[in-house]
Amino acid sequence: MPDLFAPLAFTFVQRALVGSVLVGIVCASVGVFVVLRGLAFLGDAISHAAFPGVVIAFLFKVNLAIGGSIAAVASALTVGLIARRSGLREDVAIGVVFSGMFALGVVLFSGIKSYTGDLLGILFGDVLGVNEEQLAIAGVVTLVVVVSLWLVWKELVFVSFDPVGAAAAGLPVLRYDALLLALIGVTIAVSVQVVGIILVVAMLVTPAAAARLVAGTLRDMLALALAFAVGSAIVGIALSFFGNTASGATIVLVTTAVFALVWGIRAVRLRLLGA
Amino acid sequence: MTLAVTVASLPVVEASRTIELQDVSAGYDGVPVLRDVDLTVRAGELLALVGPNGAGKSTLLKVVAGLLPPMRGRVRVLGARAGEESGRVAYLPQAESLRWDYPLLVEDVVLMGRIAKLGVGRRAAAADREDARAALARVDARDLAQRPIAALSGGQRQRVLLARTLVAEPDVLLLDEPATGVDPTTEEQLMRVLEQLAAEGKTVVVSTHDLAGVMAHFPRVVSLNGRIVADGTTAVLRDDRILRETYGGHRPGGPQLYGDEHHA
Repeated sequence: MPDLFAPLAFTFVQRALVGSVLVGIVCASVGVFVVLRGLAFLGDAISHAAFPGVVIAFLFKVNLAIGGSIAAVASALTVGLIARRSGLREDVAIGVVFSGMFALGVVLFSGIKSYTGDLLGILFGDVLGVNEEQLAIAGVVTLVVVVSLWLVWKELVFVSFDPVGAAAAGLPVLRYDALLLALIGVTIAVSVQVVGIILVVAMLVTPAAAARLVAGTLRDMLALALAFAVGSAIVGIALSFFGNTASGATIVLVTTAVFALVWGIRAVRLRLLGA
Repeated sequence: MTLAVTVASLPVVEASRTIELQDVSAGYDGVPVLRDVDLTVRAGELLALVGPNGAGKSTLLKVVAGLLPPMRGRVRVLGARAGEESGRVAYLPQAESLRWDYPLLVEDVVLMGRIAKLGVGRRAAAADREDARAALARVDARDLAQRPIAALSGGQRQRVLLARTLVAEPDVLLLDEPATGVDPTTEEQLMRVLEQLAAEGKTVVVSTHDLAGVMAHFPRVVSLNGRIVADGTTAVLRDDRILRETYGGHRPGGPQLYGDEHHA
């Protein structure tokens, strides 16, 4: 049996572990609202919209998460605006804006010579290549998102559960919705480094969805989502190290396995209770 | 002294008019649902809004709650523009518009009535929870506090929403179809609470399809059909001409509440 702690001797593994745990924390917290409000499609779209921002940041040698955040948040807010002003359904506005943004990213990137390796890193994540500056930014973003959620948690719950009642009580519902979109955008952008654009929505949705299956209260749902996401991040990094597989995708597969397991346990429990 | 200033600046008659609508038209996307509404409601009144679906009952409540800016006319609520005194006005939305599948406990939902008062970053304190329990007790639902909301019946949902309204400690209550999907016992209990609130000097406006309930409990009835057809005592509901104008050819046959296909 291999020594499970041997990989920790490598600095790049330590960084990967810290990075993916941070991503687990930030994704699971925001993911609670993504799952409750059914924003999985929007999350997927936002991650694709981050692409041109990431490419531009790459070209100018700026931190990828910063470029990605700007593009993601701007696109998310644009979709909200278009949906409200044009009368088109939100999913239609999402389809138009985000596919356009992703295409823009591809066009920009195709101008770069010998881009294959970096493109793979952006699309599928490269947590083993994460550096200290990126970790610091991920840490700050995680802190900002978690503190923001803590401050407006009850307001976001009210606005999600009963938007009309919340508006009548004097809460600025549109502003809270915009804040949630911005938090989702920032979360996605900072997570791209770890799991990549294609898979980031899995970190946002799957741990929170597994938690939703069994949690009776929001507090439980948040706690379980955090546990599932952080646990999957650690196990995923270990598996990818020993199995020599892509780290981001391995983490995502572990979250999928957790979801399947929770689903199975719940099904068995329901059957036992029902019988 | 604050009190002296308030009393001096407002004539007594003016102060008791908690809701005033003058020549109000309102609707959605430029199409009016309600036209030319003049309505004054005073503190301590218990008023029922009746009329068919699409008559503008919800629209009227939304205008008063400040959720829908009127297309025309003047709206004053508690002496201010609609929505400005949101801390003193509680609005109970139609229960079906809420996400009852959320992993929330009844107590969480009742405490939502306090969120605007608490402000950002502050959690409900022991005193708030005490008030939430008291509000639940008042609607005879004290034992529901720790129940998941997903398990509630229609009647229990309405009790919980009314408790949430009470926790906000409002002067004006706007209730959109609180009798929908409710069993007779619950309805009697909810009506008793509303009557008490009016007796305490609160302004209570309720939209409903339950004409029998209106006959039994409401001192004042406003019948709507895109405009105000009649405004008076329950005698309004015994007047065939008014009923025809309100409901068109389909005169409602007795209590609508339990067999209302829209809210089954």
